[in-house]
Amino acid sequence: MLKRLTLTAALALVLATGAHAAGGSGEVTDYDFSFEGPFGTFDQMQLQRGLQVYTEVCSSCHGMKFVAFRTLGDPGGPQLPEDQVRAYAELYEVWDPTLFDGEGDFRPATPADKFPEGLISNAPDLSLMAKARAGFSGPYGTGISQFVNGMGGPEYIASLLSGYTGETKEEAGVFLYENKAYSGGYLSMSQPLYGDDVFYEDGTEATIEQQAQDVAAFLMWTAEPKMMARKQSGLGGVIFLGVLAALLYITNKRIWAPVKSAAKKGAIPAE
Amino acid sequence: MSGIPHDHYEPKSNFEKGMQARLPIIGLLYDTIMIPTPKNLNWMWIWGIVLTFTLALQIITGVVLVMHYVPHVDMAFASVEHIMRDVNGGHMIRYLHMNGASLFFIAVYAHIFRGLYYGSYKAPREVTWIIGMLIYLLMMGTAFMGYVLPWGQMSFHGTAVITGLFGAVPFVGEALQTWLLGASAVGQPALNRFFSLHYLLPFVIAGLVIVHIWAFHTTGNNNPTGVEVRRTSKEEAERDTLPFWPYFVIKDLYALAIILLVFFAIVGFMPNYLGHPDNYIEANPLATPAHIVPEWYFLPFYAILRAFTADVWIVMGASWITGGIIDAKFFGVLAMFGAIAVMAIAPWLDTSTVRSGRYRPMFKIAFLILGADFMFLMWLGAMPAEEPYASLSLLGSTYWFAYFLVILPLLGIIEKPTTPPATIEDDFNAKYAKSGGGASEGVATPAE
Repeated sequence: MLKRLTLTAALALVLATGAHAAGGSGEVTDYDFSFEGPFGTFDQMQLQRGLQVYTEVCSSCHGMKFVAFRTLGDPGGPQLPEDQVRAYAELYEVWDPTLFDGEGDFRPATPADKFPEGLISNAPDLSLMAKARAGFSGPYGTGISQFVNGMGGPEYIASLLSGYTGETKEEAGVFLYENKAYSGGYLSMSQPLYGDDVFYEDGTEATIEQQAQDVAAFLMWTAEPKMMARKQSGLGGVIFLGVLAALLYITNKRIWAPVKSAAKKGAIPAE
Repeated sequence: MSGIPHDHYEPKSNFEKGMQARLPIIGLLYDTIMIPTPKNLNWMWIWGIVLTFTLALQIITGVVLVMHYVPHVDMAFASVEHIMRDVNGGHMIRYLHMNGASLFFIAVYAHIFRGLYYGSYKAPREVTWIIGMLIYLLMMGTAFMGYVLPWGQMSFHGTAVITGLFGAVPFVGEALQTWLLGASAVGQPALNRFFSLHYLLPFVIAGLVIVHIWAFHTTGNNNPTGVEVRRTSKEEAERDTLPFWPYFVIKDLYALAIILLVFFAIVGFMPNYLGHPDNYIEANPLATPAHIVPEWYFLPFYAILRAFTADVWIVMGASWITGGIIDAKFFGVLAMFGAIAVMAIAPWLDTSTVRSGRYRPMFKIAFLILGADFMFLMWLGAMPAEEPYASLSLLGSTYWFAYFLVILPLLGIIEKPTTPPATIEDDFNAKYAKSGGGASEGVATPAE
């Protein structure tokens, strides 16, 4: 019976977690991202397109203070060549307190620097957004849909960016914009994407949805830059432990075989 | 070590003899690993090894994390991101540590419920049980303080809520809370001391684990029948037991490998599933998250904490009797700690003379409901504090207390247990006589 209970416990655990996100949420579309599932990987071209959207649209308000420019060249990411990373970093200016005889001054960023913080105080930092917004899961806060569909932060971000209805309202002197994906209905960020906000060099059509998904994928990478390495270690671990478990199973069988066959013999006279 | 008669360590080489006369450490290790163990242990007896392994895993990964972590309110969150992004293998180490906490609690709950079902807490193993409960309490404290360290939104506001519980203690509450936090609010002093304690307590747990093992090595293991190993002669004892090495070591390692396989799949493929997304937002005292929810392993007790609201008659009664000293908030705190306390005193609440639940038909049902109740409370703990969840929490909490305080004492009197086998050997033999295959490895079955 305990075995059955353990199974129930494991199931209930699956049910209880993700339960955290019991709050209401708006409509979130379950987009298919290339990095979903145990074998999913980032699409390098998509990450580069997402970087472009971030650079040309998002970065005018938001920052990414945990992401270093050098990581744009890392394997498993957008993987820009070194000279492009250098050139990209120089687009930004960073504050360097060592310059100007210790009084500090701005200078062009180098790959060793991090993306600057956002310019607007109420625009949240985007470094970890894809992980911080992963918490919508139903039904009844059980987390099943998140578990089954693999929905998370990127789906939310893509849904939010393409979920504006165009309706606005004014509340206490602040303009709020209606969004289908936002749990409150109205949020203070105005619609950032209208379609063709950027020009994709690879010929991809820059629709609202395309750009939204690209930048969502990019933000998943900024939140979890080691995802591909992690999945690889996970796979290695699972295979190793599978083999180990099989060997231990055989060893265990063999060790116990004489004891169990003795028990079988011993049981007959006892009856 | 145990009272079970068995062969003891005999030093052979001159070196061993010399060591045995000076520091009998080889003998101690030998007797520990060769301890006579009941033959008939089932798969629920593997959690001890899993727990020991997890403690080691947490200490090793934790020590490495500390090499890169900075316990400062302005740098803690960034240092965790540094670990995740820049430290070699740091993301893996942190995810192992983070999910290791969940593995620890899954294992400890399985271990505790195993003990509750098979009556492992009963005489003469009460001391083992009490030490186990102390370990469990320390684990909860350690896990809670560890969750504070990344200094995310849930870390910060969770700390405010949980330390606020101590503020509910009458008269000294506020002073107590300030003393705990080292300040009037959650901040640098709290982070620093939680960091210190989070590093210290695992070693205290390790010490208690040794005492826990010492205690049950003295009494001998319980087993699914609850029947004691025969101790009248070495021959009889040997027919009930097998040495821990290699029989149970290999069996436990096999189970551990399977469990770690699942664990690695979670760490590798969905490491944040058991965590809370809000903790990836840096702590901001000015913005409170919409739902402050503890980690899953605290949820059942969190549900009990919240179940006793001011409109519950027992709370009103307690408040009236004590002249308002015990209010709803303090009552909830008492209930939460009481829920663990009643579990700790189970050895003295259970009046049944039969140890194992296997031979107790009514107990089985009550226990099954308790297991379901625990899961139910876990789900309720994650739900918002509103109807119908509040009433359901009260129902679940009531059963939790009723099981320990009413059902366990009563069942011993009214229940008619079935007869356990006379010896462990009988149980073991009966199992393989009945199941036939499975165990037979090319051994001819004797004619019937």
